[in-house]
Amino acid sequence: MNSGIDLQGSLIDTLKDFGLPPGVAKAIWLPLPMLLMIIGATVGVLVVVWLERKISAAAQQRIGPEFTGPLGVLQPVADGMKLVFKEDVVPARSDRWLFTLGPIVVVIPVFLSYLIVPFGQNLVITDLNVGIFLWIALSSIAPIGLLMSGYASNNKYSLLGGLRAAAQSISYEIPLAFSVLAIAMMSNSLSTIDIVEQQSGYGILGWNLWRQPVGFIIFWIAALAECERLPFDLPEAEEELVAGYQTEYAGMKFGLFYLGSYVNLVLSALIFAILYLGGWEFPIPLERLAGWLGVSETTPWLQIVTASLGIVMTLLKAYFLVFIAILLRWTVPRVRIDQLLNLGWKFLLPVSLANLLITAALKLAFPVAFGG
Amino acid sequence: MTLAEGVQIVSFGILAVMVLGSALGVVLLTNIVYSAFLLGGVFISIAGLYVLLNAEFVAAAQVLIYVGAVNVLILFAIMLVNKREDFSSIPRRWIRQGATGIVCFGLFALLGTMILITPWSLAPTSSAVIENSIVEIGKHFFSDFLLPFELASVLLLMAMVGAIILARRDIIPEVAIAKEREIVSTSLTLPERPREIASIGSSPTKEQ
Repeated sequence: MNSGIDLQGSLIDTLKDFGLPPGVAKAIWLPLPMLLMIIGATVGVLVVVWLERKISAAAQQRIGPEFTGPLGVLQPVADGMKLVFKEDVVPARSDRWLFTLGPIVVVIPVFLSYLIVPFGQNLVITDLNVGIFLWIALSSIAPIGLLMSGYASNNKYSLLGGLRAAAQSISYEIPLAFSVLAIAMMSNSLSTIDIVEQQSGYGILGWNLWRQPVGFIIFWIAALAECERLPFDLPEAEEELVAGYQTEYAGMKFGLFYLGSYVNLVLSALIFAILYLGGWEFPIPLERLAGWLGVSETTPWLQIVTASLGIVMTLLKAYFLVFIAILLRWTVPRVRIDQLLNLGWKFLLPVSLANLLITAALKLAFPVAFGG
Repeated sequence: MTLAEGVQIVSFGILAVMVLGSALGVVLLTNIVYSAFLLGGVFISIAGLYVLLNAEFVAAAQVLIYVGAVNVLILFAIMLVNKREDFSSIPRRWIRQGATGIVCFGLFALLGTMILITPWSLAPTSSAVIENSIVEIGKHFFSDFLLPFELASVLLLMAMVGAIILARRDIIPEVAIAKEREIVSTSLTLPERPREIASIGSSPTKEQ
């Protein structure tokens, strides 16, 4: 297995050439990928907000933002600036500490989950053994923050919204975890790198999409519910609960919720791309193409091309999924809370359990195709 | 001391302070909601300690189960009940407090002696580095820890059956309760439609 481009090694070597001790060089390297990932996630959110505005406008036969920058691309920046400069109101008789802590508890786990998102063979912050399990574990912290802000607001709509958010998140975590477990069983690993590696080699035909047709639908429904996207945005259903747990929030605290929900959407799309759409893989197996063209795998320019193609492919797949999510939001009506819980517990849970069992049986019966 | 060791020591200090501080907060604060949120802090800090011990799977499982499920359920229960009841002083309350103190001290002494008499291997790097802890945990579950594993699953199954039985009771609206005065309600019973005793054969029905 060729190691590809080693950014860490080359940067540390460069710094050592400037006469820095190795420890300092490593310490300079350490925060770089994390900073890059946080900035990337935030820019990704700006793109999604712009897409949401433009696509919703198209779905409703409007034009959408068009004066701020070319095609209105600066509109999300303007939104963000507005939120930064808004007065930060803490309602009277609310619980000041929990009120402030709530949005923070919601946002931090979402950003932490970016630790395990790979954009290429070596383009990942950490390749953990528990990988995808870490994402599931971290996403289960968010309901605590929602309950916290719902309780602290001292508002009945907020409390109801927080309780709904927690109930929804608990119910849909289980089918989500089961569909991820089926993938982990086929890949023999929880590491995101291994999961993508296991899908590589046959181009688009090798992707888990074809081997987990039920699993990917369950995962998508559950992921939309976890992100509180529209067919399942019960916690902030405007007609019933004003804005749910966000009702009393203004300024940057509301901004954190807003940011968190969109970062979570992009994250879910990225994880979906990794689990079912082959991550950074090109639809045509690039190694074989290079082999036919007679280019060696270790050629520097080929490695650069494949690495950049990997990043582009991951982002393309993720943003395609984001597009579908936005289109769903503006075309599908909201479900009721009882329908939501019925769908989660009485339909998705048994189906995902059956999917898990069938995957295990297929893995034993056809170890070639299902990763023995 | 290398960079990694320094980071480890500093994070151990922060995590230890977080565990102790939030655990004391859970016990000493009077507002039960704060206690429940701080309990989540205790669980998260303990997960951090597991990470420091290279037990990443246990850490993730700790976060998923204790923070994501147990603590959310505790919060849920507190917020759904939301019973504002003044604390009435119970006669001879010191007996309870004394018994609690004795039990807690006994547990503390037991754990303390356990920590002191166990011959810990204090080598900075352990000799057997486990590459994939999940595989090792799975092997242990299905070989030498099979009985505890199965017992735990039976216990969870019992809890689930109990939860289903509790959830399936018919709750009647409050208007109906006012009409049916004969329902005896104590502080421990939920408002519930009286169970009809299943009788085979001739039953006195209203159709006649």
